[in-house]
Amino acid sequence: MRPLTEEETRTLFQKLSKYIGENIQLLVDRPDGTYCFRLHKDRVYYVSEKILKLAVNISRENLVSLGTCFGKFTKTQKFRLHITALDYLAPYAKHKVWVKPGAEQSFLYGNHVLKSGLGRITENTNQYQGLVVYSMADVPLGFGVAAKSTQDCRKVDPMSIVVFHQADIGEYVRHEDTLI
Amino acid sequence: MGRKLDPTKKEKRGPGRKTRKQKGAETELAKFLPSAGDENGKRLSSRARKRAAKRRSDSVGAPEKKKLSPSPKPLTKGAIQSSQKKGPQAPGLKIGNEALFGPARGKKRPAPPHSSDEEEDSEGNDARSEGDDWASMESEDDMVDDYGVASEEETDEDDEVWHPWGLKGGCLVPFFTVPKDIFCMFHPSFFVFSFCPQLLPIEKAAQKQRAQEAETLDQWSSEDTDEEEEELSSQPTSKNDEANGDLQINVEKDEKFVLPTGKEIEQENILLGQILEGGAPDLQSVHQRIQDIVGVLRDFGSQREEGRSRTEYLSRLRKDLATYYSYGDFLIGKIMDIFPLSELVEFLEANEVPRPITLRTNTLKTRRRDLAQALINRGVNLDPLGKWSKTGLVVYDSSVPIGATPEYLAGHYILQGASSMLPVIALAPQEHERILDMCCAPGGKTSYIAQLMKNTGVILANDANAERLKSVVGNLHRLGVTNTIISHDDGRHFPKVVGGFDRVLLDAPCSGTGVISKDPSVKTNKDDKDIKRCAHIQKELLLSAIDSVNAASKTGGYIVYCTCSITVEENEWVVEYALKKRNVRLVPTGLDFGQEGFTHFRERRFHPTLRSTRRFYPHTHNMDGFFIAKFKKFSNAIPQSKKSDAAANPEDSMDSRLGDGPSVANVQVVPRPKVSPKSAKKPKQAGKAKFAKLDTGKAKFVRLGTGKTKAKLGAAGKEKARQQQQRPPPKKAGFQNGKPVHKGPRSPTARTSSSSQPPPRKKQKSRS
Repeated sequence: MRPLTEEETRTLFQKLSKYIGENIQLLVDRPDGTYCFRLHKDRVYYVSEKILKLAVNISRENLVSLGTCFGKFTKTQKFRLHITALDYLAPYAKHKVWVKPGAEQSFLYGNHVLKSGLGRITENTNQYQGLVVYSMADVPLGFGVAAKSTQDCRKVDPMSIVVFHQADIGEYVRHEDTLI
Repeated sequence: MGRKLDPTKKEKRGPGRKTRKQKGAETELAKFLPSAGDENGKRLSSRARKRAAKRRSDSVGAPEKKKLSPSPKPLTKGAIQSSQKKGPQAPGLKIGNEALFGPARGKKRPAPPHSSDEEEDSEGNDARSEGDDWASMESEDDMVDDYGVASEEETDEDDEVWHPWGLKGGCLVPFFTVPKDIFCMFHPSFFVFSFCPQLLPIEKAAQKQRAQEAETLDQWSSEDTDEEEEELSSQPTSKNDEANGDLQINVEKDEKFVLPTGKEIEQENILLGQILEGGAPDLQSVHQRIQDIVGVLRDFGSQREEGRSRTEYLSRLRKDLATYYSYGDFLIGKIMDIFPLSELVEFLEANEVPRPITLRTNTLKTRRRDLAQALINRGVNLDPLGKWSKTGLVVYDSSVPIGATPEYLAGHYILQGASSMLPVIALAPQEHERILDMCCAPGGKTSYIAQLMKNTGVILANDANAERLKSVVGNLHRLGVTNTIISHDDGRHFPKVVGGFDRVLLDAPCSGTGVISKDPSVKTNKDDKDIKRCAHIQKELLLSAIDSVNAASKTGGYIVYCTCSITVEENEWVVEYALKKRNVRLVPTGLDFGQEGFTHFRERRFHPTLRSTRRFYPHTHNMDGFFIAKFKKFSNAIPQSKKSDAAANPEDSMDSRLGDGPSVANVQVVPRPKVSPKSAKKPKQAGKAKFAKLDTGKAKFVRLGTGKTKAKLGAAGKEKARQQQQRPPPKKAGFQNGKPVHKGPRSPTARTSSSSQPPPRKKQKSRS
């Protein structure tokens, strides 16, 4: 387990800011203590310092996970965000999408969101903007990327994709093995 | 709205148009209910009357010809027939029935023809029935008639042949099954009495038949024991000869159950052997026998069979239970040891049925009320779990898969057994504590701890199985638990890796005898070796868990040990071991329901505080079998075993190993055991320096003093506990009083005497 290098930190924050913008500061300085990111086996973990103190006693091959896993770095040093980060990103999300109940199930299976399933979308969403997908009951369902800007969404036909799927909570059941 | 029934209306006959119209209700009904119009007899046309008469004469004539032939005549009932209600009958039916009845009645003798003739003549005109009523009543009477007459001759022969309608012999009534009450209504005696005052043979036969029926009903209910009965015919006491014996024994049967003899058991063994070839033991009879034996054992004094001991009954029961519920012999024996007879069968039955699905609300993300509402909207039928749980819900049925709802995926709840919630309730973790969960997979209990702590403090969740850790990671992330470190390590390494926890939860790996309903393979693949191996690992784990706790913790110092097993070797025994080996005591779990743990079991005696542990069973609490014990550690010191004579280590036990003392103590130990009276001085010198600190403290204590005692004690160094125990008690008492400095507050409950023994020896050497 080691702290992130500069490069890695930059990549990570770049990715995160796509979804939550400048609220990253809120992630680090929280009222209940300082939190930090740590790298362990190519995965980024977000932990508070108290937990970190205890975790350093565990050897590398025995440590499996600590705090919350945000995602992992691929072999080419790109950062891939995992669904496990949803709880932290959802409250700070800048751009959100609400999905109709019928399309909710489809999204949870890993499909993209079509115009017909789109309930609401925040204004001024650019194309390829990072989004957090919600259900109509305000339950966060996952992450996505806008395929069309808000303006275009209004014009386009019902069968076209408006949100590319990136991660959804159905993965807890579908991809249990890859979480670790 | 239907047509009205008007009995005065005449039915139109003939080829005209009016006859083709739909007739009134009364005539239509008459076609369907043969009895409806039969009370008064039908008004027959001349030709119909002739036909009826011809039929009757045929029926009478036939038995006359065949009087002496073995095949009886169905139409002897002509006598009785006429007195009965008759309905319309297709001409063909009679013949068909005759064919049926003819060969079947091979055994029966025909009824005496003259009596039947008489009756027929007297009644023939009155009834004027068109046809014979081959419906139930008549055939029954036919049966009765034959039966009555022939029964005298055939009583003995027909005992073994038993027919479900209460009729003996070869008399079959495949067409008609008569409810008993209708039969009685149309008993020949009813009608015959009105005509002839004296008792006709038919009446005698009827009465006899009634008596025999009553007996055969009893015989039917105790048929199984019947077979065994015959097996035991060799025993002179049970019956004399078959014919009389059967009846008598039938009566006794109701009171007493008889164990099968070797013959019967051989038969069964043959049957069991046949399983391999495709045969099967008769489960019905086995089940019946189980119930009988349980009944006998319950009231053994009066119900027992003479000459049979209780152990014979018990061993028979054991084999039968093993056969019926498919258990291996070892496990069924264990279960029979634990449960009294009244609960035994209930427990086994409960293991065949799965427990209800329960889930636990994740209070980090939602409330139970809201979750219940959301699930009900999805079509799940659920209820709160009970008074003892504020977050549990039990699911009765669901139209959607309960493990894949959006609420599940959003981490609002987790599927968890009711008994798995109990250890965490017993542990009662507080906020900002450091908790260790030694065997955490699949993470249900860990997440419950986190939710009770509201994501504060730190939890170290450990498991030895890497595969199952994946589900821990998944569950904890899904439920939004952020204060957890997940590690993959053997639990026995624990205090060495990191220690000083406030509380520890140990859900030890066990044999799984409490969750047989989830995994039926446990019934057969567990044996003594498995249980002992499990118990050994559990003891090691529990000692490590105890050593990982900091007794001086402000809010904690508790260890909860739980297993999903019901055997005493894995539960009370392990707890007892820990009580002896470490400075812990049992405290109440905080669970107000559940059965108390055993304080004695067969030949073993456990510490009385074991009453505060709790056992749960599937048949009493409708949750998986479970055992929970809560310890409080009152001292970080580790009491030494009797072999070594070093004082308990005053510092925290960070480097404990099973059975070994802390390293400091080891050094002290080394010179001691080898001490002989001659070389006493040398080690004494060495020891003196080490014990300088302690000696000053102890100098004021009890004098030991003579060379004799010293020599004795010197020799004792080589031997084990025996000699130490021979020391006079007052010495020990003295030491107990004088050693509060080195040990924590001692509990009044029994500590091993060994802890007080080392000091006297040390003091002696120092002084001399």
